[in-house]
Amino acid sequence: MKFTIAWLKEHLDTKYKDNKIIEKLTDVGLEVESFENVKSELDSFKVAKIINAKQHPNADRLRVCDVDIGEKETIKVVCGAPNAKKNLLTVYAGPGSIIPKNKMKITISKIRGVTSHGMLCSESELNLSNESEGITELKQAKYSDQIGKNFFQNDIEKVVDLSITPNRSDCLGVRGIARDLAAAGVGKFKKIQIKNIEKKGSQNIKVSISKDKNQGCTIFGSCLIKGVKNKESPKWLKDKIESLGQKPISAIVDITNYVMFDLNRPLHAYDADKIDKEIIVRNSKKGETFEALDNKKYKLDDNMCVISDKSGVLGLGGIIGGTRSGTEFNTKNILLEAAYFIPKSIRKTSKLLNINTDAKFRFERGIDPKSIEEGLTRAAMLINEICGGKISKFDIQNTKKYKKIKIKFKLSLFEKVTGFKIKDKEIIKILSNLGCEITKKKYELELKIPSWRPDITQPIDIVEEVVRIKGYNNIETLEPEKIRNKDTLNKQQKLFHFLQRSVASKGYYEAVTWSFTDSKINELFKECKNEVRIVNPISSDLNVLRNSILPNLVFYLKKNLDRGFKDISLFEIGPIFKGNQPGQQLTVIGAIKSGKINRLIWNEKDRLVDVFDAKKDAIQTLNEAGYDKNAFFIRDKSPSYYHPGKSGSIYLDKDDIEPVAYFGEIHPNIIKKLDINTEALVNFEIYLDHLKDNKIMLKDRKSKFEYSDYQKSERDFAFIVDKNIKAQDLIEIITSIDKNLIKSVKVFDVYEGENIPSDKKSIALNVTIQSSDKTLEEKDLERINNLIISTVENKSGAKIRS
Amino acid sequence: MSDIKKIKDDYLGKLSCELNLDEVNQIKIELFGKNGLISNSFKELGSVQSEDRKKFASDLNFIKDELQEKINSKIQEIEINEINSKLKNEKIDVTLPERDINQGKIHPVSQVIDEISSIFSEIGFSVEEGPDVENQHYNFTALNTPDNHPARDMHDTFYLDDKKELLLRTHTSPVQVRTMLKSKPPFKIIAPGRTYRSDSDQTHSPMFHQVEGLHIDKDINMGHLKGCLNYFIKEFFEVDKIQMRFRPSHFPFTEPSAEVDIGYELKDGKIVIGEGDKWLEILGCGMVHPNVLKNVNVNPDKYQGYAFGIGIDRLGMLKYGINDLRAFFDTDYRWLNHFGFDPLDVPSNYRGLSR
Repeated sequence: MKFTIAWLKEHLDTKYKDNKIIEKLTDVGLEVESFENVKSELDSFKVAKIINAKQHPNADRLRVCDVDIGEKETIKVVCGAPNAKKNLLTVYAGPGSIIPKNKMKITISKIRGVTSHGMLCSESELNLSNESEGITELKQAKYSDQIGKNFFQNDIEKVVDLSITPNRSDCLGVRGIARDLAAAGVGKFKKIQIKNIEKKGSQNIKVSISKDKNQGCTIFGSCLIKGVKNKESPKWLKDKIESLGQKPISAIVDITNYVMFDLNRPLHAYDADKIDKEIIVRNSKKGETFEALDNKKYKLDDNMCVISDKSGVLGLGGIIGGTRSGTEFNTKNILLEAAYFIPKSIRKTSKLLNINTDAKFRFERGIDPKSIEEGLTRAAMLINEICGGKISKFDIQNTKKYKKIKIKFKLSLFEKVTGFKIKDKEIIKILSNLGCEITKKKYELELKIPSWRPDITQPIDIVEEVVRIKGYNNIETLEPEKIRNKDTLNKQQKLFHFLQRSVASKGYYEAVTWSFTDSKINELFKECKNEVRIVNPISSDLNVLRNSILPNLVFYLKKNLDRGFKDISLFEIGPIFKGNQPGQQLTVIGAIKSGKINRLIWNEKDRLVDVFDAKKDAIQTLNEAGYDKNAFFIRDKSPSYYHPGKSGSIYLDKDDIEPVAYFGEIHPNIIKKLDINTEALVNFEIYLDHLKDNKIMLKDRKSKFEYSDYQKSERDFAFIVDKNIKAQDLIEIITSIDKNLIKSVKVFDVYEGENIPSDKKSIALNVTIQSSDKTLEEKDLERINNLIISTVENKSGAKIRS
Repeated sequence: MSDIKKIKDDYLGKLSCELNLDEVNQIKIELFGKNGLISNSFKELGSVQSEDRKKFASDLNFIKDELQEKINSKIQEIEINEINSKLKNEKIDVTLPERDINQGKIHPVSQVIDEISSIFSEIGFSVEEGPDVENQHYNFTALNTPDNHPARDMHDTFYLDDKKELLLRTHTSPVQVRTMLKSKPPFKIIAPGRTYRSDSDQTHSPMFHQVEGLHIDKDINMGHLKGCLNYFIKEFFEVDKIQMRFRPSHFPFTEPSAEVDIGYELKDGKIVIGEGDKWLEILGCGMVHPNVLKNVNVNPDKYQGYAFGIGIDRLGMLKYGINDLRAFFDTDYRWLNHFGFDPLDVPSNYRGLSR
């Protein structure tokens, strides 16, 4: 909402300085976006000085001038004027300027092979005089210190731009703003002086509001003004329209706009001679069309509120008029409309047709239904003043009587909500200044709410009105109590925070990426999850909710590879989506690692990252979070986006149905498809929702400390086994032989190749044997040794390697 | 007797010369070997006259100990000298780089969320969460923003179906609704999380983070709201004093509503929070609208309280001097390294927010 302070003062008698008014606007809740001069088209005309004028190399009558326009460097302008000479002060028009006389637009152009950055203007071109021989010569005395300044004084007043919240439709007119300021003590709210206008004859175009279901119009007021002479608006009106940032059109249109911005009362003027017999306000039928004043043709749906005549639709009520009945300079007779349209109906129609107009913006927020006569009177009077014409009596059709909202307001509610007290008298004064009619009872007020405040419907709204006018600075600052009755985080949240920092501590950088992604990449990772499409995505490559964290991680990994990084470790913890219903989401950690370990480290041999790096990070993270590493079980099954042979899943326990994590290499086909150039790429994922609540608290997690000081023995075994036998199984077989004696089993070598049949591999294990109650003798050890060999051979078909 | 005295003097003399380990061992054999001088002297013990025997034995033992001692210390001396001379050749260039350090990073958004949680924890708030996908009821209608409300336009909502029933939450406020529906008052929660609006430029990104606050009890008023936010802002920016301005505003789900500005000044192109005469809008808040309370079955005649919503990313930008919001989500390794936090820097109540 834009206006000038002078305009405001037409409604407000105040001695406040401009900056005080601006401050007060903010204080009462009318946020000031800006308070500045409006840019004028004439701002691009500068006072300039010719530093040098040389003959144009290719044209006798042209000169190439170096011109000082107040910037660091001079610019070159080609000029044909004979008086263009060194040290002349003149007027320069920059690129984009429009020459007042011939409306020609200046561009940077080549003139006979020399580029000219603008134009030096003659007095005639500037409409200053008829002098067209040569460029303007400015007086040294007056202009020598003005170089680079605007040549034309910008006499348009500074404009206030307010950002009006959707509840305050009343402040979409200058008068409403003045009322608020007056209530806040800025000055006196002026009464509108309405002269008695002479109304003669009846409005003889019949108006009817049809009784459609969900009729969007409840009041339609109109009057005829006959014998007008439409013309350009007078200067005062043009200035007002321009200060709003709009272009003046014609007196009639400008007047209707002016009244809308002044009183927040939208109006519409029809060329009465173009109306076919009568006005019918009705619901549209699907397929009806009309051409609106924005020169677009609209095809209507059912049940849109239209103003029509016998021939069809004239306009969309409260939104936009049509070209068929629009006023023009030759319009003789006009029908002026002031109506009330229901916000819901306006909103629905304008959304469907995607139209936004000043009238729509206002009706959608709620217009004062009792401002019809005032609006007609004000506009008719102005039209009569400027364009002449005879005003008819007003015709007001309505289907609904408006009653003011009544609210019973308990005076104590104010202090209860705001925490501070003000006198009842002051509350009453504020509310009455805002337009409320008040009857005071002992502890409460009976209020009639003004018709221009559709936002005030209940007692709490009254509290807001009083506290905002009184000033929020009156609210006390009560120090918060430092009492905690509930844990800040629940178990799942603690786990989230712990895992997040645990993964980061392993060298991964945390990324936060969109919850949406490119369906083409997502497709590669989505498995059997439903694709969740966004109906109105920000761009076509962010069109689905992510089914996995990996699409984004892979995408950004690639971007970083392209930046020249090779060894990248990234992770993200966040939501992935299984469906489009609330709650169909999982919290997942995705981590990805590329390149080499120990790249360019002088004392270590480098190697590619591999599956066991990812596995280690996953297992260590889970273990750090309090899950027993010894109970973990690994399967070689994993989602299809993993390398089928080089990936696995981690279960907290052998008997669990759902894995808590996956690890492995990404499927080579995906790497190829996404064109990722890296030496090696591994990743892991942890599903937080699959992690069972770790019910054991830290204090209970420490079992009794038991240890053995008896001699421990280590024995090495090498077994030749089928290739498909898993190390995990061998370890399990050995451990379960005697859980008391076998303290640990370590795999220290895996070998395939020479001396081993091609379908076999050799696994070397180191077994630590120790008793907790005696030193084992050689024969005990021998027995265990043999037991280990025979059990492994029997259970796995392995052969001890001799 | 004189024999052994002589042996002693001779050998003490020898042992005080510079010797190598072999020479010392040779001396050891000469003295204590099977036919060593001392060993043999002990063998002679039997032939010594009985009245002298005791003294002889005592002297012999004394000499034996003395020599042995000397030999041991000589050996030690040689060994130490040997190590010392070896060390001269073991000098390495310690300025060579250490092995690779695995330094991970926590994203500024996560760090700021932890800081916020830590501050509100101190004054009794607990953390609640809600789904990213919401239906329009929880995101709008239950929050007193019915279908025909113009405020809905200001949200630039991402929809997941044509009926506009399902959407990505445009703010964290639906968590208020969910929290109040599943439990009974009093409520004292914050709800940090992802939020979405289809808007993208220098200062807007289609996904961003908000933290919602809600405190409902029997007599929570605007003074408590002011106090809570004043406390939070001071703690968060780690300053003693903060200039704060409450401006009336409008949100459908609070009444009265306010926007809060904090004072700042520019020093060397950097924003300094807490002083100065410029204002920066940082959050929206207000008293929870009675209609919202009714929608979640809380009696507005008995309970009242405040709610607020703060942009987390924006807080992080202000505190840590980050200029571009979009960089948060661009996963540039250099940016993450620069603005990320050490995972050990866990903000906590007793240790403080920063090191």
